Amino acid sequence: MMQLAAREEPLLNVDNLVVEYGLGNKTVHAVSGVSLQVARGETLGLVGESGCGKSTLGRAVLQLRRAKSGRVLFDGEDLTAMEGEALRQMRRRVQLIFQDPIASLNPRRRIGDIVAEPLVIAGVKDAVERKRRVHDVLSAVGLDPDLVANRLPHEFSGGQCQRICIARALVLNPEFVVCDEPVSALDVSIRAQILNLLEAMKARFGLTLLFIAHDLAVVKAVSDRVAVMYLGRLCEVGPSEQLFARPAHPYTSLLLQAIPVPDPDVRPAESVATGEPPSPIAPPSGCRFRTRCPRADQRCSAEIPELRGVAPGQFVACHHPLA
Amino acid sequence: MSTPLLTIEDIAVELPTPRGNLRAVDHVDLSLQAGRTLGIVGESGCGKTMLSRAILQLLPKKAKLSGRVMFDGEDLVRLAPERLRRLRARELAVVFQDPMTSLNPVLTIGTQLMETIQEHLELDASAARKRSIDLLAAVGIPAPEQRLGQYPHQCSGGMRQRIAIAIALSCEPRLLIADEPTTALDVTIQAQILDLLAREQRRRHMAMIIITHDLGVVAGRADEVAVMYAGRVVERAPTQALFKRMHMPYTEALLAAIPKLDTAPHTPLPAISGRPPDPTRPLKGCSFAPRCRYAAGRCHEAKPELKSAEISGHLYACLHPIRMTEGIGA
Repeated sequence: MMQLAAREEPLLNVDNLVVEYGLGNKTVHAVSGVSLQVARGETLGLVGESGCGKSTLGRAVLQLRRAKSGRVLFDGEDLTAMEGEALRQMRRRVQLIFQDPIASLNPRRRIGDIVAEPLVIAGVKDAVERKRRVHDVLSAVGLDPDLVANRLPHEFSGGQCQRICIARALVLNPEFVVCDEPVSALDVSIRAQILNLLEAMKARFGLTLLFIAHDLAVVKAVSDRVAVMYLGRLCEVGPSEQLFARPAHPYTSLLLQAIPVPDPDVRPAESVATGEPPSPIAPPSGCRFRTRCPRADQRCSAEIPELRGVAPGQFVACHHPLA
Repeated sequence: MSTPLLTIEDIAVELPTPRGNLRAVDHVDLSLQAGRTLGIVGESGCGKTMLSRAILQLLPKKAKLSGRVMFDGEDLVRLAPERLRRLRARELAVVFQDPMTSLNPVLTIGTQLMETIQEHLELDASAARKRSIDLLAAVGIPAPEQRLGQYPHQCSGGMRQRIAIAIALSCEPRLLIADEPTTALDVTIQAQILDLLAREQRRRHMAMIIITHDLGVVAGRADEVAVMYAGRVVERAPTQALFKRMHMPYTEALLAAIPKLDTAPHTPLPAISGRPPDPTRPLKGCSFAPRCRYAAGRCHEAKPELKSAEISGHLYACLHPIRMTEGIGA
C-alpha cells in the first residue's frame, strides 16, 4: 500500500520485504513483510526496540543483507535484482552512517584517506580532484581539513569521529543516506551537535534520509514521518506530529509512555510496559505484539493485522486501534 | 535533620596516565540520608563512575584517592581490609550498567545468588534457596524456580539486570549504588527496571545513588540531584528546585540539548558547542567557561566555589548564575 500522498514521488519503495537469518537449524524472522516508502527530500524515522529488525531493514535496503523475498525499488529500479557492477554503480547514490563512529573508522588510516576512499572505489582517478572534494566535505561537516586530514582516528572524540563518518558518507554526493542509530553512542551535548549537522547536511546536499533509532524524541527531532517496528513487522506509520500526538497502535503508545521525561512534576507512570519482546525465532501468531498488548483478544492471535489508514497519511496494523 | 548515612568529604581521585595525572574526581562533597535517593548526572568522563568507585573503595590500584567517605560513622577509606569486605558484602551494594560484568557466565543464576546469601547471611542451603526464589520473584522474574538452574546467557538483557538487582538486594544493603542501570536497556525495559529500583528502595528504606547521563531518569525518581562536570559537582539541589530554577548554565544547557517530544520536527536543537576540557591539563577558571554562553572575563580566571543559593540545600558553582531571582534569565 502506498503510504505517501499522490503528489509525493517515492525515491525509495520497499515492497513486502522479508529478511531471515539462519541460526543453527532455526530461522530468525528479522523482517517479515515490511512495506514502506520514502519521498524524495523526506526524512523517514524508523523506531523500535533492539531486535525489532530495524537495522536489518536498513541493511537490506542497501543490499548489504539480501532479502528472501520482496523488492526494494530505488528511483524506480529494483535493487534486489541487481548484482555486480550495476549494484556498485547504484551504491554511489545510497550511503550508510553507523552507530559506533570510532569502530567504523580504520584506526591505521589517516582521515584524509578514509574520506577519500569512496572516491577511489567509485573510480575518481584525479588525485587533485579527490583532494578538493575531501577538503570541501570536511569543511561542510565542521572540521578544518588542513588540521584533520593527516591525523588518525584515535586523535578524535566520538562526536568528531561521527563528523568524519558523515563526511565519508557524503563525499560521493549520494541522494539517499541510511543513518543507523547515528547518535546513540554520543553524549547528550554532542548528540545535539550531530543532529543539527545532519539536518544542515540534508538541506545543503538535498538528501533523503532513512533515520533509524530507538529514541523516539531523537527521531521526532529530525523526521517528517515516522514508522514504528515491532518484531519484524511495521506497527504504524504516519506524519511525526500526528503520530506522537495521536498514536493509533498500542505499541506506539506504550513506547511514548515509557520515555523518561526530564520534568520532576511529571510522575513516571508505574509499569506501563509489561513483559519483554518475544524471540524472533518463534514470533507469536497473528499480531506479534499481542503477548504484551492490553487490548489483545482471540482475533489478534488468529489473524495478522494488515496496515490500513486511520487518518490522512497515518496507517496502523492493529485489530483494535486506539481512538 | 538526622545524621546522614553517607557523607563524602573532599574526595579527589587522580589517575596516572602517560600524559600526566588525570583529575577524575576533583574535590567532591556529598551526603545522603537513609531512605533517600541521590541522582548523580553528567556526561561520559565527568567523573561520576569514579566517584561511585571511590565510595565503594573499588578504584583501580594505581589511582590516588584523598578525602573521607563516612558510612554510618566509619571512614571507608581508612577501614581495615577485612572490615571493609564485610561491610561491602552486607551493607553496600552496586548494580552496574552491563549486567554481564557482574554475573559470572559459567555459573548458574541459582549458584550466584545462593553463594552470596549463604556466605553473608549464614543461612543453610535450603533457606538460601528459598530466599533466592523469593528475591527473583520480588524483582519480577517469572517462574523463578526454573531460572535458578539457568545460566546468564539464557536470559535477556532486562532479565539479567533484574538478576543483578536481586543479587545486590540479597543481603538487605543499606546503600545501593546503581551506575547507569538502564543505559544498556530498551526504553520499555528501562521504565520497568527504574520502577523496580524505586519500589525496592522504598520497601527497604535503603539509601540509593542513581548515576546517569540522562536528566530524564532522575527527574521523577531522585530526591536530590548533583550535576557533575569535569570531575566537580557544579550544581546540587533538591530535584524540584533544580528543575524549577537551575542556577548553573551547564545544567541549563544539558537540559536544553535533550530532544523533547513536544517540540516540532526540524527545530534546531540548542547544542553545547565544543567539548569538555582535557582532564590531564591544569585548568584556570571555571571548567565550563569555554563552552558557556554566559561566560565573561572573570570566568576564565577564577575557579568558582560551590556556594549556597537562597533555597536551602541548593548549591551551585558559577560566577554568573542564571535565574537568581524570579523572572531574570528565565
